[in-house]
Amino acid sequence: MNFFVRTRKKLSKILKAFFRKRQSRIGIYGPPNAGKTTLSNRIVRDWTGDVVGPVSEIPHETRRARRKEGIVISNSNGNTLTIDIVDTPGVTTKIDYKEFMEYGLEKEEAIKRAREATEGVAEAMHWLREDIDGVIYMLDSTQDPFTQVNIMLVGIIESRKLPVLIVANKNDLPDAAPNRIRSAFPQHPVISISGLEGNNVEELYEKMLDYFG
Amino acid sequence: MIQGVQIDLISAERLDRMTVMEKVRLILDDVMEGNIVVLEKGLSPNEQSQLIEITMREITPDGFSGIEMETYSRDNEAKPGFFGRLMGKKDPGARLTVIGPADQMKTIRKDKDFISTWVSSR
Repeated sequence: MNFFVRTRKKLSKILKAFFRKRQSRIGIYGPPNAGKTTLSNRIVRDWTGDVVGPVSEIPHETRRARRKEGIVISNSNGNTLTIDIVDTPGVTTKIDYKEFMEYGLEKEEAIKRAREATEGVAEAMHWLREDIDGVIYMLDSTQDPFTQVNIMLVGIIESRKLPVLIVANKNDLPDAAPNRIRSAFPQHPVISISGLEGNNVEELYEKMLDYFG
Repeated sequence: MIQGVQIDLISAERLDRMTVMEKVRLILDDVMEGNIVVLEKGLSPNEQSQLIEITMREITPDGFSGIEMETYSRDNEAKPGFFGRLMGKKDPGARLTVIGPADQMKTIRKDKDFISTWVSSR
């Protein structure tokens, strides 16, 4: 390979690296047990065949923010979006280890889980202030959306002027009420899905292309 | 001695003179003693975010288990637009806020314009 070809290739690599836009980091936020990891796993599985982390009915299964890089989402019109998905621990203002013991955990294990969960929530808040470019806010549509944590977190996201999609999850359950979520947050698009069953996730992907593209 | 709960009402003027960390520390120190704090003017989203983060760092097994907090939603319609801000109108910001220890305070009912909270003594 002659000198000019090598120099041109090197220069092109440097220019590409310089002008390449950093992939948007999309944080999946919400209260504990809203289905954040289930949705993260679905998105990552649908587009890469991999998974992000384990799920459990015991709250605070996810106690560390987990990032999966370079997820490419596309549609039939040829639009594509490359993002990093950040699955975050459920946000709350209180954690008592005794609640975990009600799920059958031993005291020591429950205390350890509570300690890790507090660190995880603090970490999630830090990510939101520093490192997130867009948010999927997950809510369990069988639960009351008018909670202080939801109102506070959506307010924090709005104040940072981040694009946000609200997901009304668990629409496969009989008492799901996504309209209650629509009335709680009329200023944002709300997409009703089941992360577990995969109902309506195509609409979510279309909206993600629109909002985060 | 009369059993009861101490309630501290903090004026908007006093809050305006404080930094973010001063506000967060004042609230948490008070709440960790078992008191209820009422802020005449609530916290900004950034202050709320810091409060959650520092609350998490203060939680201990069989000790402090976090906070219960209630406030009215921010009034988006009352926010001044671009021209409003040019004319010197201010964002009305966060509204009256009640904060207490999670193991002593429980919200019974919350609506857009009504909050009912139950408080127990230690």
